[in-house]
Amino acid sequence: MKNLRLTILALFFCSSLLASQIEVCNSCQVKSIKQALSLAKDGDEILIKEGVYKESGIAVDKSVKIIGVGLPTVDGEHKETIFTVKANNFSIEGLRIINVGHSYTKDFAAILVSKSKNFTLQNNVLEKVFFGLLIEKSRYGIIKNNKLISDAEDQAGSGNGIHLWHSEDMQIENNELTGLRDGIYFEFVKNSMVRNNRSYENLRYGLHFMFSNNNEYNDNVFTNNGAGVAVMFSKFVKMTNNQFIQNWGSASYGLLLKEIYDAEIENNTFSKNTIGISVDGSTRINYKNNTFSRNGWAIKVVGACYENHFNQNNFLHNAIDLSYNSKINSNTFDSNYWSEYTGYDLDKNGIGDVPYRPVKLFSYIAHRTPESIVLLRSLFVDIINFSEKVSPVFTPDNLLDNSPLMQKIQ
Amino acid sequence: MFKILKYSFYDLMRSRWSYVYFAFYLALGFVLLFLNNDVDKAIITLLNIIIVLTPLIGTIFGVMYYYNSKEFTELLLAQPMKRNTIFLGQYLGISISLTLSLILGLGIPFLLYGIFMSSAIFDFGLLLVVGSFLNFIFVALAYNIALSNSNKIKGFGYAILMWLFLAVIYDGLFLISLMVFNEYPLDNFSLLATMFNPIDLSRILILLKLDISALLGYTGAVFKKFFGTNFGLVISLFVMSLWVLIPVWRIQRKLRKKDF
Amino acid sequence: MIQISQLHKKFGKLVVLDGLNLDIDAGGIFAVLGPNGSGKTTVIKSILGMVIPNSGEIQIDGKSVLKKWDYRNQINYLPQIANFPANLSVKELIAMVKNLRPKESNETELIELFALTPFLDKKLGSLSGGTKQKVNIVLTFMFDSDIIILDEPTTGLDPIALIHLKGIIHQEKEKGKTILITTHIMSFVDEMADEVVFLLDGNIYFKGSIDDLKTKTKQTDLEQSIAHLISKQYV
Repeated sequence: MKNLRLTILALFFCSSLLASQIEVCNSCQVKSIKQALSLAKDGDEILIKEGVYKESGIAVDKSVKIIGVGLPTVDGEHKETIFTVKANNFSIEGLRIINVGHSYTKDFAAILVSKSKNFTLQNNVLEKVFFGLLIEKSRYGIIKNNKLISDAEDQAGSGNGIHLWHSEDMQIENNELTGLRDGIYFEFVKNSMVRNNRSYENLRYGLHFMFSNNNEYNDNVFTNNGAGVAVMFSKFVKMTNNQFIQNWGSASYGLLLKEIYDAEIENNTFSKNTIGISVDGSTRINYKNNTFSRNGWAIKVVGACYENHFNQNNFLHNAIDLSYNSKINSNTFDSNYWSEYTGYDLDKNGIGDVPYRPVKLFSYIAHRTPESIVLLRSLFVDIINFSEKVSPVFTPDNLLDNSPLMQKIQ
Repeated sequence: MFKILKYSFYDLMRSRWSYVYFAFYLALGFVLLFLNNDVDKAIITLLNIIIVLTPLIGTIFGVMYYYNSKEFTELLLAQPMKRNTIFLGQYLGISISLTLSLILGLGIPFLLYGIFMSSAIFDFGLLLVVGSFLNFIFVALAYNIALSNSNKIKGFGYAILMWLFLAVIYDGLFLISLMVFNEYPLDNFSLLATMFNPIDLSRILILLKLDISALLGYTGAVFKKFFGTNFGLVISLFVMSLWVLIPVWRIQRKLRKKDF
Repeated sequence: MIQISQLHKKFGKLVVLDGLNLDIDAGGIFAVLGPNGSGKTTVIKSILGMVIPNSGEIQIDGKSVLKKWDYRNQINYLPQIANFPANLSVKELIAMVKNLRPKESNETELIELFALTPFLDKKLGSLSGGTKQKVNIVLTFMFDSDIIILDEPTTGLDPIALIHLKGIIHQEKEKGKTILITTHIMSFVDEMADEVVFLLDGNIYFKGSIDDLKTKTKQTDLEQSIAHLISKQYV
């Protein structure tokens, strides 16, 4: 009996030693996050109750769970980085973090994670941030359900929402990003996944991807960003089910591909962008089942592109379906639906009997003389397009869709 | 003037051609909007029809009416009335009856489509406004040409040439000059060149409605600034009005010296 | 009634009227004659304000009419070629012209006289040339005006209509109207005209009664006298 009591006591003692809870609130014993962190041990939970905590420069170097209850506010008062984490197995969740410091020399962030593993950042609301979540040299992180809102005005004086640098095996899901420089920024990131995020009205890119191989992003929505989404200098990227909407402006596009090798682009929607996809040097890319609707240019090829395959895409009412910079073509177009197609299908097999030429003479001219776009849809342009269609002189004559579909792909 | 307007209008409203014209627009509107199931495509086709056909029909009707009613006009001239009154009345009579054919012919399908399918179609009311402007402009231009040429064949030829020039050749020259002067900033030039051709101006006004203003903005800041705003719309409509008023003013001037 | 002084008119390089002076007194029928291109129609159209003279003056009742329009309420004009809007009916046309002139009109009598009643609801485009000319005559004579100008009034008329037309012209003369007629039918002139105005080379070559003309040219027949006048042009 005595033994049993001792055992229970020992167990109780041990468990409290392993993971205790520290509560932080204005009327608690522990009144600040910093204080709580100094008291905490690895494995502890820090519960932050409702209230406003004016703190910044909070260093986290223990494996703790920082959990906001009732969305407490951490106000950095525009001084510096608010949380600086260098730890494994930690999480920060349920906080409202506001007023990160601005600087032209230092990358202040709401949460800076560096050289860490196995962490979760979730359900946080970040407002008036410079950089939002800045992750460097880390692995196995999950960033989800966060909301990042800022009021970026110029590129030099603003930072990115979720910024990853030299990291691996990250999952970025269900976040909402707006008013930043880039919504999501990847540089030297591998084996990561970006899913279900909404990135809109950011100053520069909704998503910016550099030197990052073997990544996937799907089911994201990018709307009305300054220049759309840029994917550059990367290999083996998979992009599926994303929506690129309303990226308008003189240098704007839904998606920019620059020096991309071996990518899969499937089931995406490009709608109402000045340029749907701007392709500047890309090789071995499969475009399948994408829908391009009401863009200025659906696809604008500005640099060398080899062995790209366009199959079963919908091209709907784009001012210009395809713009090409040279007469040489090693890309294939097959079984796409083109709303401009005027051919017939006598054998009723759903495939037009006359090949479709997606490159018009006018797109060639507009490429060389951008101002000429003011003549779009004029009778003169229709006439020269028609004559070029009959006998191609300026546009690649092997650039054809030999089996254009009669019905749009659902 | 209203008396002449009334009779010219009655005369034209009873002409077979007004019905053909009306029926054509009606059929076109219904086929494009209801059988096509693709509003975007329909609107683009309508745009092409309006900027090419409306000026052509306006030109032909204007010239034909002038020459065909020459003797009757002389009878009117012997009546106690001012010359201006007679010709303005005739001009308005033709323009209004053509415009009515257009507005009713396309308006009815628009209205029905708006009621049954999608009210977004009402945004394209601008198509009708622009079409009406084009009617007034090209009938006035045709009357100018007819007044200056007593030879019917010549007048007819010049009128068709005028249409051909504004609908096709102008854009060709425009494009060539854009390509030749590629090195220079061409924003203001393009803007100006557009203003000097009512067909181009109409086309751009409708393209703006078709959500590709950003595409036009692609060319540079001036264009974007101009066409991206209501200011651009107001100026454009103002210039269209000038395109009506200046030829009408010239008709009046021409009449002062004209012998019948 | 009508005073024309120093009227000049050129069409391009062609001088049509070269300082023409003409006085026409009130009352009577004046036949304006002359070879083709002598300027008959130009004179008439100048009076009506349809042709604008290069210089000169036209007065009616002592008042200048150049650049005016309301004086035309006192003039009835029968144009040479009758062509009306094809899609209006005869009735509507008459109503329209009445509408344009704030004046009493007696078209019913004239319509009956020329047997136009069955045509009243027909469109003008479907009428024959002669019927159109009858409509034209109705439109001209239905108003009561001091001056009546008839340009080739007999074109396309059948004999009965012609008799009626002559009757009407006589009636109007009785009422003291001033009537100007241009025509190439000399028998018509011989029968109707009180005075002849002969134009040649843009000027008045002869003005006076038919008898004066015959005396002057030493011919017994009007047609011969006119031919005599015209032949001088070719000498």
